[in-house]
Amino acid sequence: MSDFWSGWITVISLANILACYWLIKWASKPSPNEAAQGDVTGHKWDGDLEEYNNPLPRWWLWLFYFTIVFSLVYLVLYPGLGNYKGTLNWSQTGQYDEEIQHAKKTYDPIFAEFAKQDIATLAKDENATKVGQRLFLNYCATCHASDAGGARGFPNLADNDWLWGGEAAEIKTTISDGRIGSMPPWEAALGNDGVKNVTQYVISLSGRDHNAEAAKAGKAQFDMMCVACHGADGKGNKAMGAPNLTDNVWLYGGSAGVITQTIAKGRTGVMPAHGDFLGADKVHLLSAYIYSLRNQ
Amino acid sequence: MSHEVVEKNIGLMMILIVIVISFGGLVEIVPLFFVKDTTEPVQGVKPYSALRLEGRDVYIREGCYNCHSQMIRPFRAETERYGHYSVAGESVYDHPFQWGSKRTGPDLARVGGRYSDDWQRVHLINPRDVVPESNMPGFPWLEKNKLDGKDTAKKMRVMNTLISATCGKCETYSEEEIKNAADTVKGKTEMDALIAYLQGLGTALKARR
Repeated sequence: MSDFWSGWITVISLANILACYWLIKWASKPSPNEAAQGDVTGHKWDGDLEEYNNPLPRWWLWLFYFTIVFSLVYLVLYPGLGNYKGTLNWSQTGQYDEEIQHAKKTYDPIFAEFAKQDIATLAKDENATKVGQRLFLNYCATCHASDAGGARGFPNLADNDWLWGGEAAEIKTTISDGRIGSMPPWEAALGNDGVKNVTQYVISLSGRDHNAEAAKAGKAQFDMMCVACHGADGKGNKAMGAPNLTDNVWLYGGSAGVITQTIAKGRTGVMPAHGDFLGADKVHLLSAYIYSLRNQ
Repeated sequence: MSHEVVEKNIGLMMILIVIVISFGGLVEIVPLFFVKDTTEPVQGVKPYSALRLEGRDVYIREGCYNCHSQMIRPFRAETERYGHYSVAGESVYDHPFQWGSKRTGPDLARVGGRYSDDWQRVHLINPRDVVPESNMPGFPWLEKNKLDGKDTAKKMRVMNTLISATCGKCETYSEEEIKNAADTVKGKTEMDALIAYLQGLGTALKARR
């Protein structure tokens, strides 16, 4: 802030405080021809309503003086007058930094202790998974649900079925760097019948009732177009986040209609990267919590 | 002037009251117009693109600010959850700003990139589909309403006026951007616009913690 505006604020603020003092003095000064204290003022309303000429109650008056003193003391201690910092040197960011320092002192040793242990060990540590669960509820539950059961389009983390791998390091990478799972649309390449046939074949992979003839036709196309990601046996590929199609676990739904839609229109599943935001220690603990779910 | 004169002349009393009240504004508001920190953009903050500008208007129309603030205060409890606290230079293109003061739902100042576009879409249509505990209403019509882009150019011109009146170092929209505005938003849904708006919120400040 320039000196001009600093001065502007200082002068107007202090002048106002002085004016408050002057106002109370001026208002309490008896005027030349007013009634004596305790006497009626001479005003009359509605024929018989009169008022006494009483001074302001003392407590009220003192309250007024108190606010004046309070404001002056405040302006000496805290920043209020332009660029003046106040004798306490208080600032909003200063208070924030202090809070962070205090939290660091309290929590860093705890996190450091956890950071020393590997994820598989932590997954068995009740305290670590408790902290991890809190973190999960705060940062992850919005998509993966508070019980880690996921939602349509957002993976269930508690079912021991993993798109990108369920090993400790894989989980950690997923949280830290995020993932983008992309299934392109096949409508143009397969045509309507092709999509229907491949749908039947995909249904057959998980051993469910299907149209055998259509599935047979679908298999030929699956072998040409889908195997690159989902594998010849349909078991998927963790490097690309391509799901296993044989286990009857469905991210978007396993009905013929939904599978048809998935094949025709494609899907894009995005897990945003959380490494920068959460920091290594929290990612470590979260990984341990997620890892602990797989053994349930 | 005696007390009696002031008390008995309502016009005079009004004038005096206005003078007294104006001191507050003179001290607390006027200097802010000239303080650089509040009128200089944080590096990387850009004017809203045509689509995001339309999204912002959907945000305002649907009253999102009634439940969501866009102002992370410098408290650890907030920065742990939402990320780095909000700074003044991030709001230079917000006319009107969406800081808000009510948090029935979470703060959205840094919601950009926190969730995938798909999540935002599913969640806006019916929040319970992804967050069973949520009490946010669904906004399914956003997916059906198409933008016609009729007023987009005009909105950008108004923004240019507001930006140049309040922020010396800010960018304004070029004539070319304004000319193409209608075409860029045409055919997009209000949902697309709102998601584009949300996904950009708070992403200019690179420090996330």
